[in-house]
Amino acid sequence: MALKGNLRDFSTTQLLNLIHLARKTGSLTIQVPAGVTTLYFREGKLVYASTGSRDGHLASVLARAGKLTEEQAKIIRTRSGTTADKELGMLLISAGHVTQQDIVLSVRGDVLDTVYGLFTWSDGIFHFEPNQLPSDDAITVPIDLENIILEGSRRVKEWERLQDELPNLNVALKFTDRPQAQLRNINLSVDEWRVISYINPRNSIKQIAQRIGMDDFQIRKIIYGLLQAGLVEMVEPEGAPPRRPPSTAMQEIVSGPPAVKRSVIRKLIDRIKRL
Amino acid sequence: MQTVKMVVTGPFNAGKTEFIRSVSEIEVVATERRITDHTSRIKKETTVAMDFGRITVDSDLVLYLFGTPGQKRFDFMWEILSEGMLGFVVLVDSVRPETFREARRILDVFHNYAHTPYVVAANKQDVQDAWSPEDLRIALKVRPDIKMLPCVATDKESVKNVLLELLYRIMETAPE
Repeated sequence: MALKGNLRDFSTTQLLNLIHLARKTGSLTIQVPAGVTTLYFREGKLVYASTGSRDGHLASVLARAGKLTEEQAKIIRTRSGTTADKELGMLLISAGHVTQQDIVLSVRGDVLDTVYGLFTWSDGIFHFEPNQLPSDDAITVPIDLENIILEGSRRVKEWERLQDELPNLNVALKFTDRPQAQLRNINLSVDEWRVISYINPRNSIKQIAQRIGMDDFQIRKIIYGLLQAGLVEMVEPEGAPPRRPPSTAMQEIVSGPPAVKRSVIRKLIDRIKRL
Repeated sequence: MQTVKMVVTGPFNAGKTEFIRSVSEIEVVATERRITDHTSRIKKETTVAMDFGRITVDSDLVLYLFGTPGQKRFDFMWEILSEGMLGFVVLVDSVRPETFREARRILDVFHNYAHTPYVVAANKQDVQDAWSPEDLRIALKVRPDIKMLPCVATDKESVKNVLLELLYRIMETAPE
């Protein structure tokens, strides 16, 4: 039977837990504002992932993992045409560009990045299609879901903390008055530099994220770091959204079942059978 | 005359009224009213106090089935309805995952009112997009020792099966 719903009602963690416990085989498609992601499972293990927001070509996966340069990846993508990933992988191994382990670890890392990206979404339509697997040409790497669920839950906590610290992504940023000179002495990652290059009082954080293809979690994490380092500050901040009041504790009133004899229950059973 | 009662509970639009209607020998005394809030898009009328069905066993014994109101604002009725029940059925709408959290809450509340036997019935199993009972067990975190039964509330045999399973559970704990 189909599993359909919305992440509002049944979270990514709960979905993965269900697939893990029921040892399901099939594809889980989740549609969020950033695009459509499909995860594939075999007997409760994650084996493959694809997402519309990221190029899934093997050369691109290897480039993201640092196993190929961007230039190499570009040439391979152009020349390989419609060559399937498995075949392309064999060619790259034969040519000595990468090892089998490089490919396995890179694909695994890419699949994990894709699935972890889903944990931060709290709204999105999902659909599980039983027995649907990726094509035979795809490179699949079986990954146990337990650790993904644990790591995902940790990220959700981190996400919640970041959301508390930086609730509004519609604010803009500007460099602090202690200025640019400091940037030269700071070690920033590629992603941080990408964000820095868009910092301008006219660009909201959300617009920067959209421009460079980051999800809310990634951009929050980077901006939080930059704020903490005192490199940037928020401008035109808006009030944080109101927090939900804590739910009241459930009143516990326990009573036992009435003492009704078995003979009475037998009579009821017989009567209902005869209905 | 001895009267015994069982309660049918579950979220809004889970099918409680239909469930009781399928087996009651009297026209169900449904206290339904037209809905005026946002839930009216889901159905036009809902139970505001309780549904009430009857199954006469013999001249000395009658079983009453009470259906709880599904909308949250009437949950003050739950405790009253749960008093003295033999057991209860938690009816889950298998095609509306947005109600699963509420179903779990209702299950916990009723279990806390009275530690009586209960079963969970996965209703609307005749609908194509219904979640299977096995998946619902995991989704609702229903204990392995609790029966999770497929159900179609409009089908008498299906409802009978749910009630019989509940009675078998009650039988296990009933005194000789």
